[in-house]
Amino acid sequence: MSTATLAHGHEHDHHGPPKGLKRWLFSTNHKDIGTMYLIFALTMLFAGGASAMLIRMELFIPGLQLLEPDLYNNLVTNHALIMIFGAVMPAAAGLANWMIPLMIGAPDMALPRMNNLSFWILPAAATMLILSFVVPFFPGGGSQINTGWTLYPPLSLQVGMSMDFLIFAIHLLGISSILASINIIVTIFNMRTPGMRLMDMPIFVWTWLVTAFLLILVVPVLAGGVTMLLFDRHFGTSFFNAAGGGDPVLFQHLFWFFGHPEVYILILPSFGVLAAIIPTFSRKPLFGYKSLVGSMIAIMCIGMVVWAHHQYTIGLSLGAVSYFMIGTIIISIPVGLMVFNYIATMWRGSMSFEVPMLFAVGILFMFTFGGLTGVMLAVVPADMQYQDSMFVVAHFHYVLMPGAVFGLFAGIFYWLPKWTGHMYDEKLGKIFFWVNVISFNITFFPQHFLGLAGMPRRIIDYNVMFTEFNFVSSVGAMVFGLSHLLLLYIVIKTIRGGKQASARVWEGAKGLEWELPSPPPFHSWTTAPQLAK
Amino acid sequence: MPGLMKMTKSVALAALLAAWAGGASAELGVNFPQPAAGVAQEIYDVHMLTMKIATILMIIVFAVLIYSLYYHRKSRGYPADQKFHETWFGNWSWVIVPGLVLGVDLTIAGSAQKTLEKIWVIPKGEKLMDVKVVGHQWWWEFEYLDHGIKIESRYVPKDQSGDKYLRAVDNPLVLPTHTKIRFLHTSADVNHAFWVPALGFKKDAISGYVMETWAELDREGEFTGQCAELCGTWHSRMPLVVASVSPEKFQEWVRQQQQVKLAAAAEASSDKTWSKDELMEKGQGLYNTKCAACHQITGQGLPPAFPALKGSKVATGPIADHLNIVLNGKQGTAMQPWNALTDLEIAAIVTYERNAWENNTGDVVQPATVKAAR
Repeated sequence: MSTATLAHGHEHDHHGPPKGLKRWLFSTNHKDIGTMYLIFALTMLFAGGASAMLIRMELFIPGLQLLEPDLYNNLVTNHALIMIFGAVMPAAAGLANWMIPLMIGAPDMALPRMNNLSFWILPAAATMLILSFVVPFFPGGGSQINTGWTLYPPLSLQVGMSMDFLIFAIHLLGISSILASINIIVTIFNMRTPGMRLMDMPIFVWTWLVTAFLLILVVPVLAGGVTMLLFDRHFGTSFFNAAGGGDPVLFQHLFWFFGHPEVYILILPSFGVLAAIIPTFSRKPLFGYKSLVGSMIAIMCIGMVVWAHHQYTIGLSLGAVSYFMIGTIIISIPVGLMVFNYIATMWRGSMSFEVPMLFAVGILFMFTFGGLTGVMLAVVPADMQYQDSMFVVAHFHYVLMPGAVFGLFAGIFYWLPKWTGHMYDEKLGKIFFWVNVISFNITFFPQHFLGLAGMPRRIIDYNVMFTEFNFVSSVGAMVFGLSHLLLLYIVIKTIRGGKQASARVWEGAKGLEWELPSPPPFHSWTTAPQLAK
Repeated sequence: MPGLMKMTKSVALAALLAAWAGGASAELGVNFPQPAAGVAQEIYDVHMLTMKIATILMIIVFAVLIYSLYYHRKSRGYPADQKFHETWFGNWSWVIVPGLVLGVDLTIAGSAQKTLEKIWVIPKGEKLMDVKVVGHQWWWEFEYLDHGIKIESRYVPKDQSGDKYLRAVDNPLVLPTHTKIRFLHTSADVNHAFWVPALGFKKDAISGYVMETWAELDREGEFTGQCAELCGTWHSRMPLVVASVSPEKFQEWVRQQQQVKLAAAAEASSDKTWSKDELMEKGQGLYNTKCAACHQITGQGLPPAFPALKGSKVATGPIADHLNIVLNGKQGTAMQPWNALTDLEIAAIVTYERNAWENNTGDVVQPATVKAAR
């Protein structure tokens, strides 16, 4: 192994990265593209976070104080789309780009030029997305998008031209995701180092294989749905217009056929990160490798056929709701098994709690909680109360923040020393973890009560009976939002310098990526590594 | 940093206490309100059962996690058990754990299914009182199909409703107790959702669909809720108030409403030529309830979504164009056709719009003109 490392150390001398802007614009290097994905995601995290903070500022106390109702709804729409398509998915793709070749012993992604394309579509898509937000503020720009990210017609048919910008932004984002997914699948199937079978791959690689298939299966459905919306808006079709013989509910089915698997698209890569972190800091092998692989394949299959649990109140038949209820509850089996395997990995381990492990443990607590409220939401009679209330908002933030975002944070802290060659500041990292996680809970826990007591989501103004919990939630949200500046500071500080990281970085770390020096050379694994058996 | 956290918390706590002292709300709602109907009670019970099961599971998982976090630490010198995944437990947990979870799942789904069937299927073979609930941007219409009356329900501005703001309406949905009521839900424009927590359910209002739900109120009182599906700008201003009264009081209320309806119909169908002052007075009242949510009481609208009427081309141009847009609405915008209003009402509104806010066209539109324009 070490000889292989030395060998490309020599090559590195006369084969460095190109200089200047060209290095990034024309990059076909998986590490550079991974870095760009991560920087893009971090930028979007702050854009989406700013809109969330404006929303919570408005909800501090009852009344309209800061925003106009349409601007509020516009922010609600934008927050969701930026966070999902701009922050979480690109960040997960950044981790995939960086880590998959290193983990499977490949010199690069299988389709490096397409890799460049799939990244550089993103800034264009983000521009369209931001235009959809700002265009209404210019003369003749039409009304603002006030539909929420679900874009339900007929409301979305009333919106001005900003909806068209949004539709094209979604098309571009979808193309980017599909290209990246194709690349990941081809890389995983063809570029593994000799001797590495599918069942030898790290779980992180597995999660991305499943995620990539999910993306290819469901993103075209969303693209089709929004294209039909575009035709309804401009070309006189009536796909979703009841007056023209169409069906507004059809769009909901198309949207959630994409939207529900999307949740697993967001969560699975982060669960893959946990599968790398927990064994490292527990200093013992991963528990239940096969059942983890089986679980995620089960999640993919069942997750694609339970979409209508987002639509229990649209008047489905008794047979349909019974099916969607039992299907949804059944998902708790593979998800529960994944969580169980992680806890069993910790069990009888020799744990230490560096920042990545802190996040991993935090995720297990909070995701379990969010998963259990998910079971409650699956129960149709009770969901007739929960649906579209703040309880749902609390639930999906408990699932997506720990399940997706905290997993990405954990991954960033875990691999940052590998990427930069410098250790991050452990003390600052711990402060970030505690402030982040405590303020997260202050923000979202009270929202469960609001929802149960009868506060719907997506309202700009509320009755005084909801004042107290909204106030607490908003205070938490301000701290939570600002705490991410600390993350930014830690990341920049680590890039600029810090204690030199060793190749292994973590005492208990296992896997091919730790065989390379930190930072790894620009071109790594030019000779396929031998697998230690 | 921890100091900062403590400080923020104490600031929050102080503000909370201040809010309570100010009597912001009588009690802090942390759960569903007291059910007011039979089905609502069952839904409440299902909710409590699932929550209890979820809480027990959470305690078990958290207890195992915390035990492990405390005992299996490197700093306590615990040696990692490298063979744990190869024990019988490691080999069979993938069967045991899903088996246990499946058991819990079936318990939850089984108990929910019974309630589901009861609330989902409208009782057959008996006469139900039918109420059609129509969502509009941004008000509710209740049509009592068995009694031939229609009620329009809108939010009451803050200066008149005080602490009940966004939970108060001008005309509540009056319903009799101990009567099986069938609600028929639909929408005149975008999606809305009927949600009164004390009734226990929520149902979307979608144009082109008519969905059924049913309830039997078991006590008198006032139960509030609001629209639960994002329906555009004033989604937050669509409260719902159910006034539950005894069947006797309900009959009396129905008689009153029918008389009001007859009087209005008589007025609207008279051949009288109306004076400008009469139309302006009527028009102002109608405009302020039906049109001002979008176009504002000042006539200045909220551009670009809702154009101003003050000095607008439509309100100061040809009368025929003005009538056309009021009667037929404007495609692709929130402006709906208002042809359900009587000729007199439209005449009054149009007259008002053409003369208020310094529009001063001097036009007086008579009901006969509206009739001709239909």
